[in-house]
Amino acid sequence: MTIAQKLSRRGFLAGAAVATGGLSIGFHIPTAEAAVGDTPEINAWVVVKPDDTVVIRVARVEMGQGTLTGLAQLVAEELDADWSKVTTEYPTPGQNVARKRIWGDFQTAGSRGIRGSEDYVRKGGAAARLMLMQAAANQWKVPVGEVTTSKGVITHKASGRSLRYGKVALAAGKLEAPKDVKIKDPKDWTIAGKPLPRLDTKAKLDGSQIYSIDFKMPGMLNAAIKETPVPGGKVKSFDAAKAEKMRGVKKVLVIDGNAVVVVADTWYRAKTALDVVNIVWDEGANASVSTASIKAMLTEGLDAKQAFVGNKKGDVETAIAGATKKVEAVYRYPYQHHMTMEPMNATAQWTPDKCMVWTSTQNAEAALATAVPASGLPIEKCDVIRMNLGGGFGRRSSSHDYVRQTVLVAKEMPGTPVKLIWSREQDVTHGTYHPTTMCKLTGALDDKGNVVGLHMRISGQSILAGLRPEALVEGRDPGTFQGLNAQGPEGQFGYEIPNLLVDHAMRNPPFRPGFWRGVNNNQNSIYLECFIDEMAHAAGQDPLEFRRKMMKNYPKHLAVLNTVAEKSGWGKPTAPGVFRGISQHMGYGSYVAAVAEVSVSDKGALKIHRIVAATDCGHVVNPQQVAAQIEGSFAYGLSALLYGEMTVKNGRMEQENFDTYEVMKMADMPPVESYPVPSGGFWGGVGEPTIFVAAPAVLNAIFAATGKRLRDVPLKNFDLRKA
Amino acid sequence: MARLNINGKIHNIDVEPDTPLLWAIREQIGLTGTKYGCGVAACGACTVHVDGVPTRSCSLPVSSFTEKQKIVTIEGLSKTVTHPIQKAWLELDVPQCGYCQSGQIMAAAALLVKHPEPTDAQINEEMSNICRCGTYNRIRAGVKLAAKNAKGAKSNNKAQRA
Repeated sequence: MTIAQKLSRRGFLAGAAVATGGLSIGFHIPTAEAAVGDTPEINAWVVVKPDDTVVIRVARVEMGQGTLTGLAQLVAEELDADWSKVTTEYPTPGQNVARKRIWGDFQTAGSRGIRGSEDYVRKGGAAARLMLMQAAANQWKVPVGEVTTSKGVITHKASGRSLRYGKVALAAGKLEAPKDVKIKDPKDWTIAGKPLPRLDTKAKLDGSQIYSIDFKMPGMLNAAIKETPVPGGKVKSFDAAKAEKMRGVKKVLVIDGNAVVVVADTWYRAKTALDVVNIVWDEGANASVSTASIKAMLTEGLDAKQAFVGNKKGDVETAIAGATKKVEAVYRYPYQHHMTMEPMNATAQWTPDKCMVWTSTQNAEAALATAVPASGLPIEKCDVIRMNLGGGFGRRSSSHDYVRQTVLVAKEMPGTPVKLIWSREQDVTHGTYHPTTMCKLTGALDDKGNVVGLHMRISGQSILAGLRPEALVEGRDPGTFQGLNAQGPEGQFGYEIPNLLVDHAMRNPPFRPGFWRGVNNNQNSIYLECFIDEMAHAAGQDPLEFRRKMMKNYPKHLAVLNTVAEKSGWGKPTAPGVFRGISQHMGYGSYVAAVAEVSVSDKGALKIHRIVAATDCGHVVNPQQVAAQIEGSFAYGLSALLYGEMTVKNGRMEQENFDTYEVMKMADMPPVESYPVPSGGFWGGVGEPTIFVAAPAVLNAIFAATGKRLRDVPLKNFDLRKA
Repeated sequence: MARLNINGKIHNIDVEPDTPLLWAIREQIGLTGTKYGCGVAACGACTVHVDGVPTRSCSLPVSSFTEKQKIVTIEGLSKTVTHPIQKAWLELDVPQCGYCQSGQIMAAAALLVKHPEPTDAQINEEMSNICRCGTYNRIRAGVKLAAKNAKGAKSNNKAQRA
């Protein structure tokens, strides 16, 4: 019986719809009555201490993207707090369960940190302010309508009295929460919307910030793990005689039938001992899988009869048959690894009465849901304490396999805290990889060069099929069509094409896929935006004008495109040898566009001279952090374009570390001019969207520079010299 | 047994001689600001100073060090987070997740000693540490700001002496 079924039987089930990459992922967290505790809080979001320190509770997690500061700004804004007194804390998922999920969703993915919770956290701040005002009014015996607030002080002007929040916080916490709470118009913001420094920078400058991997407990042991290199493989046998005699080694064990673990006093001793354990693997059915066999599997899907439909309009077949000019191309996107700087790790302590986990996770509720069945204890006896993340990028939301393993090991050593750290090699070879897909695009142009038909046939891996098959919709994975859907606030296809078909032949190789910063938008934007460029050239038209003609009904898409065109000087001369490429896309609720300026030397060396990027995310909570996310998106997206590929041989991932899986470094990083252009009226994400336009803008610029149309990633595999 | 001079203090450490300096620092001395990222000297998260030279501590065994070599970790870079690089990092909000930043800061601090007014090419060459959040442009700006501030401080000192 699954944990969900168990809980359901007890009548505690609550389906927690957790949005990831525009998808609704259900996992099950029960709700139960429990004591609220004696925290001197005003409400779930706000604690004001007697010394006026304001503690803002943050349900989402900080992993570098600035959400911690942004969410605190939103609450502090409505609270009229003194920003210099603001600190933050994370509630635990156990507390969330006990309080009927009062903090909502902990999932921090899909660029939802701000946009997915702005409404209720702002109301939480506004409600706390009203309660503080009421408490002061009660004390002064004046109508609450006569008191005002500013920077953490309540004032009754008529009598000249004032009180700091800390003086009335205890009384405010005892009042009933107001039912009708109004929140401010963003134009009146003084804390939100401002480029305030992050709250968490200082501890990152002197080594004092504690990440999950740094966590220590008295008596803690350390564990290293080696898991089957071939998906589906098992441990056939192992010889630990030598390892067991090594200094510091406490235990060698097999967990889940597919991994060998060494527990020792220090991690380095555990890892060194694990290296001398002779493991024989039962490789199972996937031992002959290779990059070539996966490519063959996907290629077959490009023309397969059965396919799931994502977006359909008109009659694409007839349009293509009657085209004046037909354009056709096949693109591919490989497996890629998240490469978080901090490898996966967790610490757990198990006793028959309690299982505690300390870990870096993008979704502490999902970590808890993973820990519970591994612990064999009821959920009330388990909890997860969130530690700082050394990067997430979707890896720490896709799977909490490392949490499960840690709990299984800790359970074998009751009472002893055990920290399991994945070596970088274990980490790289056991990722939740960016799914690999291919796409065949067929475009129909009329005699004036207008696009009258487009068929995008995607063939490849579904993330849901690999991670949560129960979430598929009649076999279909809606996430496959990210950015290509006809409509919706999450991501809308931005071109008017009378006959359109976007469909997906699902082909699932055995390597586990995951949500990888940007997710399916990453390859879908390359497919569409590079092919639009191909059609523009086939029609003999300027790629910008060609796009504009099809975007009249998509004013927000068009506005960001126009911004980058204007800011980059599109159409005006560039420096000698420098060429431009352009792209636009919508995803995670935001509209993004970019222009890249590149040159390619006679020897084929690519230099990206300049990136101009625009993002319309509706509202900007912290402009300098939005700019940081846009810049970082280019580092992430261009790393993927230049270097990102996991290759498969004999059923194994071939790359194991940063020396074989290269990523962008300082010397590769182009200057990025970022233009946040919030148009208001909606809330879009910023952690991922700009990634979507990074690769296509550069690829289109490379074509402009060389006449070479590169339809595969990464560029390190190709000769970029002029065609 | 190893004797290491770390942040100005001599530590006697009872470890196997092939233990990498990184793991001696993290697990024996207990200073966790120096990070494990790759173990193969490819990412730079473990960068410390050895007699002022930026060194990837994950790939050098403790047996290769003597107590005469001054090893400085991020915790020992300054007493109150006031190294010009740390101040510039704070001013520009350089870190995102922050995991690589101990190494970045140590590499940048050494760069400033070698090239007090670094060019972009020198920054590219010396700053080869990996950051997956993509803070490179802010790191570059931070190095330049620190160089400018350090130069300003120097001329101020001169002025005061004069």
